Amino acid sequence: MARFDPYENNGGTCVAVAGADYCVVAADTRLSVGYSILSRDHSKIAQLADKCVLASSGFQGDIKALQKALAAKELIYEHNNNKKMSCPAMAQLLSNTLYYKRFFPYYTFNVLAGLDTQGKGCVFTYDAVGSYERTGYSAQGTGSALMMPVLDNQLKSLVLSYCQLRTFNTKLLLVQDAVTPLSESDAVDLVKDVFASATERDIYTGDRLEIVVINSSGTHRECIELRKD
Amino acid sequence: MTGSMDLPAKGGFNFDLCRRNNMLEKNGLKLPGFLKTGTTIVGLVFQDGVVLGADTRATEGPIVADKNCEKIHFMAPNIYCCGAGTAADTEAVTDMVSSQLQLHRYATGRESRVITALTLLKSHLFRYQGHVSAALVLGGVDCTGPHLHTVYPHGSTDTLPFATMGSGSLAAMSVFESRFKEGLTREEGIELVSDAIRAGIFNDLGSGSNVDVCVITKGKTEYLRNHQLPNPRTYASSKGFSFTKGQTEVLSTKIIPLKQKVEVAEGGDAMEE
Repeated sequence: MARFDPYENNGGTCVAVAGADYCVVAADTRLSVGYSILSRDHSKIAQLADKCVLASSGFQGDIKALQKALAAKELIYEHNNNKKMSCPAMAQLLSNTLYYKRFFPYYTFNVLAGLDTQGKGCVFTYDAVGSYERTGYSAQGTGSALMMPVLDNQLKSLVLSYCQLRTFNTKLLLVQDAVTPLSESDAVDLVKDVFASATERDIYTGDRLEIVVINSSGTHRECIELRKD
Repeated sequence: MTGSMDLPAKGGFNFDLCRRNNMLEKNGLKLPGFLKTGTTIVGLVFQDGVVLGADTRATEGPIVADKNCEKIHFMAPNIYCCGAGTAADTEAVTDMVSSQLQLHRYATGRESRVITALTLLKSHLFRYQGHVSAALVLGGVDCTGPHLHTVYPHGSTDTLPFATMGSGSLAAMSVFESRFKEGLTREEGIELVSDAIRAGIFNDLGSGSNVDVCVITKGKTEYLRNHQLPNPRTYASSKGFSFTKGQTEVLSTKIIPLKQKVEVAEGGDAMEE
């Protein structure tokens, strides 16, 4: 007996990298179902507030519903508090919204990114039910397993973070302090290369890459072509 | 134990472990995946012979395992076979029939016929009741003329003027149905096959990378490996990547010196050459 499956994975990958005074968010624009392509030009990046952007991959139906719910809650916050939501505040709101549906989850893999109240880059990474963490960089989606090891290798810094645990007595490289020392153009270059590499090996990632850079002067959008096969 | 005889293996598959595997799966064990070719393969008959085409992507679930594999297999100098389905199965079955055809050529002293390859393939696949997951497009030219056949995993075959198989078969067939006609020239045939494969490459996620073509005519076969490469890498960082010491986290280091044991034999015979 075939039961109705409420979920579908529409594929795609999202990445965000935080810098000292900027944040790079990127996602491919391919929407797929099964072995077919539904659209080569579907954006996975949504602007929730002027310095806060949400990139989501997973089930498109739930992604749209989640974006609508967050936009509505953001507006209510503005009316109640007479100010726009900051990125860390939105991060908590997203976590609560996701956990509210703990027993019928939003099938979404999110990366929330932007500038925090001090103007420093921030990236928050989530699982489907709202567990989140502030990190220096993250990848979510079908190509995330291909990208994270490369990002770990290039962005985790040995110099900044150093912690000795009694049990292991080792130096641990901490992801949360890895606000990358790279310049904005170097970070964009790394993101482009890492996406081109993931596109080679993941069938759900490809077509076009949308890159959004958030810094003190605002939000800047760029697109580059990826493999279309 | 009286009354039980150890019969010699008759060949074919041994299903003894099926009950155990089903029990393990029910208890949560994840079975290893098969490498499928998730493919687009095509063939058509033109005025002087047949043209075969294939993409070059091999997938393992959602991951590309091989970006440039060969899906057009040699059967005989005048017969080639495209394979879709489980990669090991298509490789094994085409190799096996290719060997059988060669032995047959030695026995008869004649060029192999396409229907011989067809019959060997279909009887093998039928005997395995669909467990050998090979979907093939078989084409060639022999003394009776040009032939094109499709072979399905359960052993049925079709004889057609143009054919497509694999996950990209619908995309490729749409191109064929719209532009195929009898009596195509060699250039038209190659272009139509390439266009059909490209339709599969760009519209089917299970197919990708490059176009392979094989043109078979009376007395001559041309295997055009990577006839088209429509998918170059889009971006490579000009700075390159450096992997310096310290970039990869080393959690712990343990060095165990091995004791050297050297025996010195006193005198002894000189080593013989």
